[in-house]
Amino acid sequence: MAAADVTTTKTTEQTLPKVPLLTAHSVEQEVTGWRSWVLTTDHKKIGIMYIVAALVFFVLGGVEALLIRLQLGTPDNTLLDPQTYNAMFTMHGTTMVFLFVIPIMAGFGNYFAPLQIGARDMAFPKLNGLSFWFYMAGGVVFYSSLFFGAPEAAWTTYAPLSDDAYTPGFGTDAWIFLVHLTGISSLVGAVNFVVTIANMRAPGMGWGRMPIFVWTILIYSVMLIIALPVIAVGATLLLTDRHFGTNFYDVTGGGDPLLWQHLFWFFGHPEVYIMIIPGFGIISEVLPVFSRKPIFGYKAVAAATASIAFLGTLVWAHHMFTTPSPTAVLVFFMIGSFLIGVPTGVKIFNWIFTLYQGAIEFKTPLLFAVGFLSMFLIGGISGIVLATFPIDWQLHDSYFVVAHFHYVLVGGAMFSIASGIYYWYPKMTGRMMSETLGKWSFWFMFVGFNITFLIQHSLGLDGMPRRIYEYGDIGNWGTWNLISTIGSFVLGIGLLLSFINGYRSLKNGAIAGPDPWRGNTLEWFIPSPPPVNNFDVVPTVRSVEPLKDIRQEVASRSGAAEAAPEPAAH
Amino acid sequence: MPAQSSVGRLRQGLIPLAAAATATLLFAEPAAADWISPERGGSPNADAIHSLYMILLVVGLIVFFAVEGLLLYTLWKFKASRGHEAKQIHGNTKLEIGWTGGAAVLVVILAIVSFAKLGEIRNPPNSDPAGFRVAAIAEDPGTNQKLPPNKQGLHIKVTGYQYGWRYTYDDGNPATQDPYTYRDLYAPTQTTVLLSITSSDVIHSWWIPELGGKFDAVDGFNNWTWFKIPADKAGVSFRGQCAELCGRNHANMTASVKALTPSEFDAWLTAKRTELDQSAKDAAAQRAVVEAGKELK
Repeated sequence: MAAADVTTTKTTEQTLPKVPLLTAHSVEQEVTGWRSWVLTTDHKKIGIMYIVAALVFFVLGGVEALLIRLQLGTPDNTLLDPQTYNAMFTMHGTTMVFLFVIPIMAGFGNYFAPLQIGARDMAFPKLNGLSFWFYMAGGVVFYSSLFFGAPEAAWTTYAPLSDDAYTPGFGTDAWIFLVHLTGISSLVGAVNFVVTIANMRAPGMGWGRMPIFVWTILIYSVMLIIALPVIAVGATLLLTDRHFGTNFYDVTGGGDPLLWQHLFWFFGHPEVYIMIIPGFGIISEVLPVFSRKPIFGYKAVAAATASIAFLGTLVWAHHMFTTPSPTAVLVFFMIGSFLIGVPTGVKIFNWIFTLYQGAIEFKTPLLFAVGFLSMFLIGGISGIVLATFPIDWQLHDSYFVVAHFHYVLVGGAMFSIASGIYYWYPKMTGRMMSETLGKWSFWFMFVGFNITFLIQHSLGLDGMPRRIYEYGDIGNWGTWNLISTIGSFVLGIGLLLSFINGYRSLKNGAIAGPDPWRGNTLEWFIPSPPPVNNFDVVPTVRSVEPLKDIRQEVASRSGAAEAAPEPAAH
Repeated sequence: MPAQSSVGRLRQGLIPLAAAATATLLFAEPAAADWISPERGGSPNADAIHSLYMILLVVGLIVFFAVEGLLLYTLWKFKASRGHEAKQIHGNTKLEIGWTGGAAVLVVILAIVSFAKLGEIRNPPNSDPAGFRVAAIAEDPGTNQKLPPNKQGLHIKVTGYQYGWRYTYDDGNPATQDPYTYRDLYAPTQTTVLLSITSSDVIHSWWIPELGGKFDAVDGFNNWTWFKIPADKAGVSFRGQCAELCGRNHANMTASVKALTPSEFDAWLTAKRTELDQSAKDAAAQRAVVEAGKELK
């Protein structure tokens, strides 16, 4: 491939030359094979590497989850010893948060944010590569701890349990390095997204015509920039406490164990929204396309996302309702958390009304998007229950909480990721995934997920705390845990079907063509998979749905009888 | 406008749906209380948390059935296979302001209900006259301590450690050693028991579900809570366990609270003190033997 400056002089169709004007300063041999991946600065290849690497870590995290569920399948089980069990849930949580959800959203953002805004790459392609390799380094360092002693202080790594006095060894240090390495990766990536989105939008694409997915990637990036430095500070203080004799978190040396919790959750709660907000973006792309309707209340959806992000940075201490804190603090964080319910409710209604009066096509991406809607709602309602601090006193750190955040992060984030993969796979590979297998996968996942996690609400209400490696034969705990374990394997089968689908469709899938779903956004304007330079011609954008406009213009010029309704004007 | 009228019809349909959901829930509740709500029965604060939870659950289920119902109806009614055109609607400001306002009102109501219930959960009542004799409890400034109106109660200090609980029973006499136990906490019924919870190492969390919420045990802090066991629960043992990951044996850091009648508790406490005094005497006697340079028998 020639490294070339591509210059199009004018973009309106009347004045455009037949061939774009190209000036090549030099011509280099095209790099092929594995080096074309390792050395790439192409946002699409980096995006695919993010997605594939994140899925590999997802499988590792999933295996850890199944081991956890196997251990809890029966009372007094001895499959895993306590040390291994603690390592498994620590690695499961850390993997899913730092190595799966955040990076896979970065992968989608990398691949599709530039395409949706009509850019030819990210603003800083080399930084983009750096960002990916820092992420890989974080993952490798973290998983290397399996050979040296895995971390076992949970993904929250609360001090003083995580201090060297109580958890010596390499594991917690590996966790700290993971936080730093993936943190640098995400910070660099976030700055890159903000600059790209602010400066490289297609002509005519004002802020009010930016696809919702791009809005969510922008907000995701801003939140990363706000939250990550705080956990970096917290983790560095933990490192010096562990190795250099400081006492930031050690009360006997004048420190404060609650300081860790504040620093951690100041990052940790925005982190939840960092994980789910790009998912909101995917849903906001998929629902309009498969209901053949514009998004209902574009401005409200974008504004609600921004206000969720803003409020999300102000509610961290609702994770600390049981700590010795003044009632005024608890009240403040309860009210703040309640307020998030308002923009979240707005979004849910706007999504449903996007479907309302549409012509809904039940393709796999839509099924996952609707699955997301129905289950995220449950996570939202249980979230309000938990935000009520006197109730949280009963439910905090119980399986009710485990159920709640899995409804948000699996029913929510993971289902939106599945929706995004089924939606964008044709663009990334040029081939369609199997609809039949996709629908089987959806139903297995949907049913399996609900079997696994609905019953966990009851376990928590019945007094089962989280993070226990065994339990006695108390009340219904045995039966309910067994149900949950069976559900987790049904969920696993559903996921396996999608992995098989993705693998088989690489060779056997139907040829997708540039726009298999009749999409609304610019990524569907170009071939699948897109060429290295993305756009030979960047179209002028006149609405939130530029491709719908283009399709209608083509239809009207070629005099097609079934011209679609009025163009979406904004 | 057709969009409006259809939305209006939908709104009418939702009211009976919500009513049906509430009815189902209310009638199902007594039978299913075990798996649908938090534990209660051992103390008024646990009961108050339970009733607050039930209010939120009812509201939550109404919202759940209304929204899921609307979603399912939409999916069924507007599937493309019915062969209609999608309406190109970009939004509806009135409707959007409506559900923003609706959500806000709901949140305000929930906040008000929570505040109304808070006193019952947070503030301990006085002990019953028939309860165990109680002493004035010293104020612990700078903490979340709440005292009964008469400032009296039985103070028990709870200390978490890897992996167990130690309870120190304040006998009101600074000159004598307070009795203590491990794992099993003995408590009189009809008596307001105030717990000051702390830790001697990592963070633990005290949780006996039937006696109310959990409170973290953090080294360097006193975290206060209370319970008051009703008379008919004498003889009952309430189980619980540490709720904050505290290391490898976190799962086995169990606790129980054994309810005794006030007179039984009095007898138990006296026996405990005698036992402690006796062992202190024995220890002193042995120390004397060792210090005299003789072999212990």
